[in-house]
Amino acid sequence: MNTEKVIFAFFIVLALTLNFSFFLGDIDNPDHHNVYGLFGAILVSIIATVMKLGDRTHVGAILIATSLVADLQLIFAAMLWGAATHVFDTGMTPALMASIVSLSAGAFLANLTSVVLLIVEAITLRH
Amino acid sequence: MHHIFYLLLRRLRTPIILLITVYGISMAGLTLIPGQDDQGQVWHMDFFHAFYFVSFMGTTIGFGEIPYAFTPSQRLWVTFTLYATVLAWLYSIGTIFSLLQQPNVKRLLKSNRFGGRVNRISHPFYIVCGYGVTGKRIVNQLATHGIQTVVIDLSSNIIDELEADELSLSIPYLCEDAANPSVLDLAGISKDLCIGVLALTIDDHANLAIAINSKLVKPKRLVISRAQSKSTAANLESFGTDLIIDPFETFADHMGLILQEPYKHILHNLIVNPKHNVWMTPHQNTKGRWVVCGYRRMGKALHAMFNQYNIPVTFIEIDIDRHDAPKGTIYGTGAEAKTLFEAGIENAVGIIAGTPDDADNLSIIITAREINPNLVTIARQNKRANKPVFKAAEVNIIMESGRIIANEIYMLLRTPLLSDFFRLVREQDETWTRDLIVRISDYIKHSEIDAWTISINSEECIAAYDAIVGDFPIKISHLYDDPHNRDTVLPAIPLLIKRGKTISLLPQAAILLKVGDQILFCGEKSTQDTMRWATNNHNVMRYIKTGRIEPDGLVWRWLHERRRQHKEKT
Repeated sequence: MNTEKVIFAFFIVLALTLNFSFFLGDIDNPDHHNVYGLFGAILVSIIATVMKLGDRTHVGAILIATSLVADLQLIFAAMLWGAATHVFDTGMTPALMASIVSLSAGAFLANLTSVVLLIVEAITLRH
Repeated sequence: MHHIFYLLLRRLRTPIILLITVYGISMAGLTLIPGQDDQGQVWHMDFFHAFYFVSFMGTTIGFGEIPYAFTPSQRLWVTFTLYATVLAWLYSIGTIFSLLQQPNVKRLLKSNRFGGRVNRISHPFYIVCGYGVTGKRIVNQLATHGIQTVVIDLSSNIIDELEADELSLSIPYLCEDAANPSVLDLAGISKDLCIGVLALTIDDHANLAIAINSKLVKPKRLVISRAQSKSTAANLESFGTDLIIDPFETFADHMGLILQEPYKHILHNLIVNPKHNVWMTPHQNTKGRWVVCGYRRMGKALHAMFNQYNIPVTFIEIDIDRHDAPKGTIYGTGAEAKTLFEAGIENAVGIIAGTPDDADNLSIIITAREINPNLVTIARQNKRANKPVFKAAEVNIIMESGRIIANEIYMLLRTPLLSDFFRLVREQDETWTRDLIVRISDYIKHSEIDAWTISINSEECIAAYDAIVGDFPIKISHLYDDPHNRDTVLPAIPLLIKRGKTISLLPQAAILLKVGDQILFCGEKSTQDTMRWATNNHNVMRYIKTGRIEPDGLVWRWLHERRRQHKEKT
């Protein structure tokens, strides 16, 4: 058993599940989307990216790419949230909430790809 | 090499994850702990402000408690996170700096920079492995002629020296083992622009490895290697190394010239080493017995040479058995008067102090000269730093192996025809050589002498090439007519012409040139530029050919033609 692989798999799956729990609910209803869910998803996703830094394998390189995509989408979502509540005069509107959730949905896809890659790698490496 | 880069990133994982975690916990805590706004209402900090606050707190910038003053419970949390974030930052920055300071990371950065510099070279270049006396001289000479080199040396001190030497070109250098194929690859051994590899390290085995590597990558490319032992030289020769130089053999060869054919030695020195003053007039007596101190690699080479010319010689050696010295060798270092007397110094014509120890050599020369002031003295200088002492001792010839090798190699790199020239000169007699020296000194009075090759092809001298292709016969004399006044000639002498495989010495001025000819000239250094200008500029070439100065450019040519026709009519 490779501890590094276990920890990485833990983080990448956690990023997926946290993102999913944030994403679940009516797309434009702020009550259905907890800000802590987004926060957790960002944190875990970035940690998962950093954990793949310096990986020389081909799968490792693709995993970095997919998790960077997820980070980017989630950080944009968070910035939009911050701007909606503090910068825009309108405050949080259903339209803005829908944008935030759809950004996180994109990140969800990227997380999903990471997990699929992880599974593929695990299967091909089986001796 | 790149695995170190990945290692660097891997080592950065822990500090970065630590930072993210500490930031995350701090921000989560700030948003969860209830605060009070200015109206005394319960207020929860949002993530935007939490991130803002932690950012300036963690970097110890500290803008204060925003947007409202904190409650004691918030302050308690901030006190904890303050230490946590600062420590996390210190740990991360410390890790980054210690990683950058690691020797292998530094080496990686240096070799990356080196590789980048080599990649940017856009001219043909030589790879020089070993920046000792020889390497330094060659790199310097090539740089003054605008030829690019890339230097690899094992010792960092020597590489620092290169950094301090102010050369006219920027020379990429790397402190690595040149015998390592990946290092050579980084130095551009597989590039088309690399036109030659010089293996000049003090380690024979490394030289061998470098030469093999180069011959494997590009079998036709020039490889020059230094060899200390006969077996290495034979090995190098077996796979086609272009030039193998044994400093002692070369020196013995020169000694032979000095003793037997002094004019040839003068000619050699005049062209190859113009700053070198000729130490001995040909009239000085060198006929007689010589004493040589030290029978090792140099002694062996000298022994063969003395035998070849049938010159009597007495050797002095401290370790007769180990070095297999010939019969009649005197035991001792030669630094004591007693040993020298035993060797019969009082009736010898010259002494060669050839031990591997500089202090011994100087002592030998001084003692021997006290006994016999008329001796011709030759000393081997082993360390570069001892040069002033040898000069002060007024030795007739200082033999420095690094310099000898450098001159030989430089001659080959600069003008390959020069080696052919000296080979042919060897077959001539002394009167011929003396006449040539007189001729050279008639033409060239003051400045430094240089030798160069003019190749008749469309790349190197387009004007002469076009004239020949256009059925205008060009003679050799056209090449060295003065472009400012064609009735006079430039201070240069054609030494040799190479046409196909035939090489002839001192070609006549009236010989008609053909495409593909190569002519070796010697003359004043500045003449080369004038000659290259004349052979590449159509107008100048036309003036030299016809004596007429004709207008250039379409309009002027047309006007000129009209005027000529007009004149013909009237």
